[in-house]
Amino acid sequence: MNIIIVGCGKVGATLAAELNNGGNNVTVVDQDAAKVKAIANKLDIMGVIGNGASRTTQKEAGVDETDLLIAVTGNDELNLLSCLVAKKSSNCRTIARLKNPEYNMDAPYFKNELGLAMVINPELAAAKEIARIINFPSAIKIDTFAKGRVELLTFKIPEGSRLAGMSVKDVSMKLKTGVTFCTIERDDDAYIANGNFVFAERDVVSIIASANNAKDFFAKIDYKIQPIKDALIVGGGAITYYLLGLLEKSGISCTVIEKNASRCDELAAEFEKATVINADPSDEDVLKEEGITRAASFVALTGLDEENILLSLFAKKSGSRKVITKINRIDFDDIVSHLDLDSIVYPKNITADIIVSYVRAMNNAGSSNIETLYNLNKGKVEAAEFTVLEGSPIVGKPLMELSFKPGVLIAAIQRGRAQITPRGQDVIEPGDSVVIVTKDLTLNDITDILR
Amino acid sequence: MNYRMIKHTLGWLLIFEAAFFLLPMLTAVIYAEWDALFAFLISALICLGIGWLCVLKKPEKTTIYAREGFVIVSLSWILLSLFGALPFMFCGTTANFVDALFETASGFTTTGSSIFREVESLPKAILMWRSFTHWIGGMGVLVFIMAFLPLGGGQNMHIMRAESPGPEVSKLVPKVKQTALILYSIYFALTVIQTVTLLISGMSFFEAINTAFATAGTGGFGIRNDSFASFSAVQQIIVTIFMLVFSINFNSYYLALRLKFKDAFNAEVRAFLLIVTAAIAIVTINIHQSYGSVGEALRHAAFSVSSLISTTGFATENFDLWPALSKTVLVLVMFIGACAGSTGGGMKVSRILIIFKGFIREIYTLIHPKQVKKISIDKRPVDREVVRSVNAYLACYILVFAISLLLITLDNRDLVTNFTAVAATINNIGPGLSEVGPAANFADFSIFSKLVLTFNMIAGRLELFPMLILFSPATWKKK
Repeated sequence: MNIIIVGCGKVGATLAAELNNGGNNVTVVDQDAAKVKAIANKLDIMGVIGNGASRTTQKEAGVDETDLLIAVTGNDELNLLSCLVAKKSSNCRTIARLKNPEYNMDAPYFKNELGLAMVINPELAAAKEIARIINFPSAIKIDTFAKGRVELLTFKIPEGSRLAGMSVKDVSMKLKTGVTFCTIERDDDAYIANGNFVFAERDVVSIIASANNAKDFFAKIDYKIQPIKDALIVGGGAITYYLLGLLEKSGISCTVIEKNASRCDELAAEFEKATVINADPSDEDVLKEEGITRAASFVALTGLDEENILLSLFAKKSGSRKVITKINRIDFDDIVSHLDLDSIVYPKNITADIIVSYVRAMNNAGSSNIETLYNLNKGKVEAAEFTVLEGSPIVGKPLMELSFKPGVLIAAIQRGRAQITPRGQDVIEPGDSVVIVTKDLTLNDITDILR
Repeated sequence: MNYRMIKHTLGWLLIFEAAFFLLPMLTAVIYAEWDALFAFLISALICLGIGWLCVLKKPEKTTIYAREGFVIVSLSWILLSLFGALPFMFCGTTANFVDALFETASGFTTTGSSIFREVESLPKAILMWRSFTHWIGGMGVLVFIMAFLPLGGGQNMHIMRAESPGPEVSKLVPKVKQTALILYSIYFALTVIQTVTLLISGMSFFEAINTAFATAGTGGFGIRNDSFASFSAVQQIIVTIFMLVFSINFNSYYLALRLKFKDAFNAEVRAFLLIVTAAIAIVTINIHQSYGSVGEALRHAAFSVSSLISTTGFATENFDLWPALSKTVLVLVMFIGACAGSTGGGMKVSRILIIFKGFIREIYTLIHPKQVKKISIDKRPVDREVVRSVNAYLACYILVFAISLLLITLDNRDLVTNFTAVAATINNIGPGLSEVGPAANFADFSIFSKLVLTFNMIAGRLELFPMLILFSPATWKKK
């Protein structure tokens, strides 16, 4: 598929890499020649230097043959204009990134009246993920499928846990919990869970479970974190704005530390319940004064990744129970994952996952629709949700009679409101939402998992 | 330095070279030249064997950087020439290996300088191989391999950049592989058109296909001892046109096919056609008295100018005997060369444009020291980086030229011979003037000079830096 990406920032570059890996023809557009060159040197894509909203530049980038234009610059108006110009001139599908909360209300209008295929808000998406983690602190990462009905929870096996030394089979037999083990990450390697896999301390495990089953499971393995009632947030950017709104709804009291006085004014005006502190968050005394030692959760959302990591390490050491770190830019996944941090949120990856799943759905004309897609374990594992359509070869046969490729796990089947934990004799029906977890595979259609 | 990946790529290169030998083998079978068939078969087996050993184990790390890209390209061209020389040796057509190497390098780099005093007695398979090397080398071997092999992602760009001629390399479509396929399709289609046209004009199939190969690659190996003099006037005109066709940037044809005529007819193409027209006019006026009619003079002038500016090197007339003005014009167009992104050599018209505009800018800055002036082509400012690299290329070009000239002067020939010999090889043209004129050949140079000229041909084809990089210790430093 031919795709134009306007904006070569963090989100744009991540998207370009992922879409290019997926075999699409990608052209990136940015006004900054150095950025375009850097990315065009790294990936097998074409770069065009210019204003992405101008018709001339778009034509040069081949908008007339393009299937999809994605505008992800940091400027909402430029993104909208780029999409409108492309839509009007060549009637391709368009996706715009909008971060301003004021536009966020208008998203349905943009989609229905202006013909945008998708409006994406990385900051809001990141805030939602953070809110989910705070609401369910046992997990370090929560991805949702089937419109939030199925959750993929990731947690780290603590030292001294009874889970260590047990195999997947043992856990299912002895604990009798209705959870499905999906992946295990150990020493930078990811594994798809099979019955004989033996857990060890510090493994990062992903499971699929309904909310009740998950609570039951964590209780049985003595891994339970008290519900979080308060949050200390440093940095008052767009993510904080959305997060405050979400946390307020679930009754969590928030404290925000932000350096910029006028930004503090805005936040204080909008969120009356929140405590807004105008101070430099890198000041140790301020953090102590605002209770970093007893905060139930600490969220680092400043604009600097390094500051976020340092503050999180400090919070962890000072005794915060749940620490969440936002990382925008830096790439050193290996190093970051070895630090003693609880949850790390990468807004650029969240955005890329959403857009890539949309592109995959566009790509496939087969017997299913890809609904959601997540990259787990640093992109080594993919979890995808499909809606199975009538006539798919996967329908109507018990799972044990189908022959799957290696490294494929059917993690969950959602039929209407009922969640089915897949067993060998289960049969997939048309209309089911099926969650598939795979390693080393790119799924466009659900039949890709068959041999 | 990812040595494994270099080895792997070079292995594939040799396997492809073995496949290239199939065409001369087929020729040998048709003309019942069993000795030649045997020579090509042995060469193919050697290439296949060594190539297979190199690709046997897939490298774990396939990441390559700019440095590996350059090294792969320059080593590829050296290896290609070394192994491509084998059939000449096995056939017994050349006295020593350096001669065979010179001839092969001359073929792949589309130079067309020959060490054969006469070619009509050579086996047809060898003639076919000589022409075919032009065709393969014209568009770039690695670009060809990339069109068929998944060498791995964005890293292909490093290779394409190192192999493609011109100051800036741009892709036509986002993927390198598809770009390579498009370019090769255009190349192939134009070659077929030329072959058919020549067949209609009454040429034999063997001659038509050899001529088309040599023209398409802007090479210039002839299949007759008198190069192109004994072909009919119509055939000479056809070849004139196609020499010019193949020296225009292939991107222009792609744009023209997409009906973007304005973009296709860009500043470089316009400048190229202007230079060609002016040169033909001057030469025609200068030589018309020695020919029966202006028409005939025009035909020879057009053929010679097109042949030299496209860096093909065919000849209809011994232009070494023309007046000094014509000879000077011809030597000048040798240096200008074809458009970037074509199969031709030389310094490339786009570089000349940038150098010329830079020169004008310098004069303006002397008059208005604080004036801000950008060099722009087609109303687009040229990147400062590109201007710098063009200037560096020019400096490097002069340096390599001077050193080569000095080295081959040891053979004790006259200055015109030596100067044009270096110019003809570094610009990938073929014939020069005086003792290396169109009626002469390179057979009498010493072995050392032949090696220097062989280096010049490959360095000229790869636009100097990829070859020079091999001599930098920093390239080989462990990191």
